[in-house]
Amino acid sequence: MAEAALRTEALSRSFGGLAAVSGVSLECRSGSVHAVIGPNGAGKTTLINMLSGDLAPSAGRIELFGEDVTGLPPERVSQRGVGRSYQKTNIFLGFSAFENCRLAAQSRLPSSMRLFRRAERYHEVNAAAARALAAAGLGDRGDMRAAALSHGEQRQLEIAMTLATAPRVLLLDEPLAGMGAEESARMVALIRALKERHAVLLVEHDMDAVFAVADVLTVMVNGTVLASGRPAEIRANEDVRAAYLGED
Amino acid sequence: MMEAPRALRVLLGLMLIGLLLFPLVGERFYIQYATKIMIMAIFAMSLDLLVGYTGLVSLGHALFYGVAGYALAMAGGDAAPSLWWSLPVAMLVSALVALVVGALVLRTSGIYFIMVTLAFAQMMYFFVRDSEYFGGSDGIYLNSKPSMSIFGWAPLDLGNQLHRYYLTLALAVATYLLLRAVLRSAFGRVLIGIRDNEPRMRSLGFPTFRYKLACFVLAGALAGLAGYLTAVQDGIMNPEQLGWHRSGEALVMVILGGMGTLAGPALGAGALMLLELQFSIWTKYWQLLLGGFIIAVVLFLPGGLGSIFGRRRGGGAGHG
Amino acid sequence: MDFPTFLIQLLNGVQYGLLLFLIASGLTLIFGIMGVINLAHGSFYMVGAYLAFSLTELIGNFWLALPAGIALAVLLGIALEWLLIRHLYRRDHLYQVLLTYGLILVFEELRSILFGDDVHGIAVPALLNFSIPLTDTLSYPVYRLAMSGVCLLLAAGMYWLIARTRLGMTIRAGAVNREMVQALGINVGLLYRLVFALGVALAAFAGMLAAPVASVYPGMGNQVLIISFVVIVIGGIGSVKGALVAALLIGLADVFGQVVFPQIAGMTVYLVMAAVLLWRPRGLFGSA
Repeated sequence: MAEAALRTEALSRSFGGLAAVSGVSLECRSGSVHAVIGPNGAGKTTLINMLSGDLAPSAGRIELFGEDVTGLPPERVSQRGVGRSYQKTNIFLGFSAFENCRLAAQSRLPSSMRLFRRAERYHEVNAAAARALAAAGLGDRGDMRAAALSHGEQRQLEIAMTLATAPRVLLLDEPLAGMGAEESARMVALIRALKERHAVLLVEHDMDAVFAVADVLTVMVNGTVLASGRPAEIRANEDVRAAYLGED
Repeated sequence: MMEAPRALRVLLGLMLIGLLLFPLVGERFYIQYATKIMIMAIFAMSLDLLVGYTGLVSLGHALFYGVAGYALAMAGGDAAPSLWWSLPVAMLVSALVALVVGALVLRTSGIYFIMVTLAFAQMMYFFVRDSEYFGGSDGIYLNSKPSMSIFGWAPLDLGNQLHRYYLTLALAVATYLLLRAVLRSAFGRVLIGIRDNEPRMRSLGFPTFRYKLACFVLAGALAGLAGYLTAVQDGIMNPEQLGWHRSGEALVMVILGGMGTLAGPALGAGALMLLELQFSIWTKYWQLLLGGFIIAVVLFLPGGLGSIFGRRRGGGAGHG
Repeated sequence: MDFPTFLIQLLNGVQYGLLLFLIASGLTLIFGIMGVINLAHGSFYMVGAYLAFSLTELIGNFWLALPAGIALAVLLGIALEWLLIRHLYRRDHLYQVLLTYGLILVFEELRSILFGDDVHGIAVPALLNFSIPLTDTLSYPVYRLAMSGVCLLLAAGMYWLIARTRLGMTIRAGAVNREMVQALGINVGLLYRLVFALGVALAAFAGMLAAPVASVYPGMGNQVLIISFVVIVIGGIGSVKGALVAALLIGLADVFGQVVFPQIAGMTVYLVMAAVLLWRPRGLFGSA
């Protein structure tokens, strides 16, 4: 079987005396969705921040396709093929949707220290941006200012920007946050389509969505892994039901 | 997207025509003053690159301005140094100083950055003011203007105010066109992205430090151009040219004109200098009026004069 | 350097550092709690010095001039906050820089109008106008020792206020989360007004204290302002403890720098700052 696209080993992060994440080991493979769920404060955001390089781990190891990337800053992690979308929409509101993706795609040029050619003239970059927008379902919204998009569309743009960097691993932080039923269904379909060619690590609260797309589930509580396995196993797991799924 | 509103650009075009024709009718004092205004326009545009387009608020930009002027003043002995080599060298000196200072200063951000840029500029101010080598607090006189002769033919004689005027005008226009091209390039887009949301730029894979440093150096070099022209125009360099009043003034010009529009700060330079002239005619305590004016602008017209003409461009970003 | 000279420089350095601390602590409080960068802070120092000068002439007694000056400084702080500063809380730092820069110009020119451009001096108050001997040949002015003592007392007072009182707790909470503090029913506007007035009073008091030894002259605020910035950058913005450590460090560096490296005397302070920045871009005690 192919090596894991993303692997962590005993990953931990403390703030002062407080251990936000401790001893988390997981694997994420291409062609699958690994969902991380858990109550608020379980450490999911801290985990994803470590994986994207936004936060340095206190201990443990992160491997990308077998290479150690622990502690690398976000720009280096991104260049190694990791794309991350944010829970709180983190787009460039003043630019058009297309320009958001174009800028994201521009990051794949060997260098942006090009001072004289107009930015629009890089055809490969434009093409990559258009593809990303289309993949995220925003193909016809390219010219709209990002601030004018609906909330759901902004979440889609968030994903589109990530896709424009041609990542091999996707870190999706609550992509369904704040979405209504129809938008959520679209996002779920998008994630299903994406998993074919990426390794996806998904942090989500929406249980219906999680059970619809996840191939592997990891449940985190208080910074540690409570249980990890196939969705059916997790659903049946007593501890998980008590701690998180509640009575439903 | 990063263009100034149309009305502003039309105004700029009209001004260009006006500036081309002005010396035919203007008195000598006003031609001199207009030359100084155009020099400050270059300075203000270079600062806009930092402040308006990259989000780096520098209170020490006069450092690079003064360094180039002093470079010329030191290079000139009795023989007039040729502009063809002294100008690039002066700009190079500014660029190098910007590189060194930037490498240190760009490790900080936000308010630290503001304070630290101020501190470095003041450091140079004291260094220059306290050492006899640089003429102390009186400064250095330039014994002669740089020559522009190549193989015996001189296109312009910089001893002539009119020639200085047109040289400055040409360089101001060139600076504007250069910056406009740079800001439309891939590099320029990265700068704007950094201004709007630097963490996002990093997570998209851009090594932002490099771009900020490059921007800092470019802005420093252009500030150096303004400083060189000041030395040529005034014939003297003194430590005040490095001081924070010069830096603060430039910042006011950028805001007054409307930051992030390039044309705005150029016009802001003109507006501020004409205001200062008028205030100083009214009272010896003109700085009181200037201070009050600045306070009023911040409170009531934060978009600068350009905002009178309508929104400059989409701004803001989604911060994570 | 022989020991008595070293001792004198040490005392001078500590005294200068403690004075810097008074000024810098106000600046760092204003920024740490209210998020406002205040370029006019040096002007408050100058205001204090000129207040000491004019009130001493008016009242005839330095000791009475001090509390009068402090009271006036507090009033000035309240007025300024209410009129101008409170419009800056949500604004970009750039606009704060500009508005307070405009304030500097206004203060400078008002000073010129009211007091002219001459250098003035204040006599050291008679009560403290003597020196204690350190060795057979050298003695040290008691007034300077008194200055250091007063600054230390104030530093201790500030520590007690911030760490041990409810007001201090509110100040610290407000620094972290303005909305939360508001939701708890605490009047944040009043809090900020008090903090700003406190900052102004500290700077002005420093000016008053220093006037007998430093003389009163145009532009005295600017130099102090920039050094205060250096102190805060080194100490870490928002940290009063950092301001104290950094102020002492800078005070000593400046004084010893002038003696040991007179050629680059003015630059010592900035070199220290550069070194600290290379090692810790957020200052010694700065928070992320």
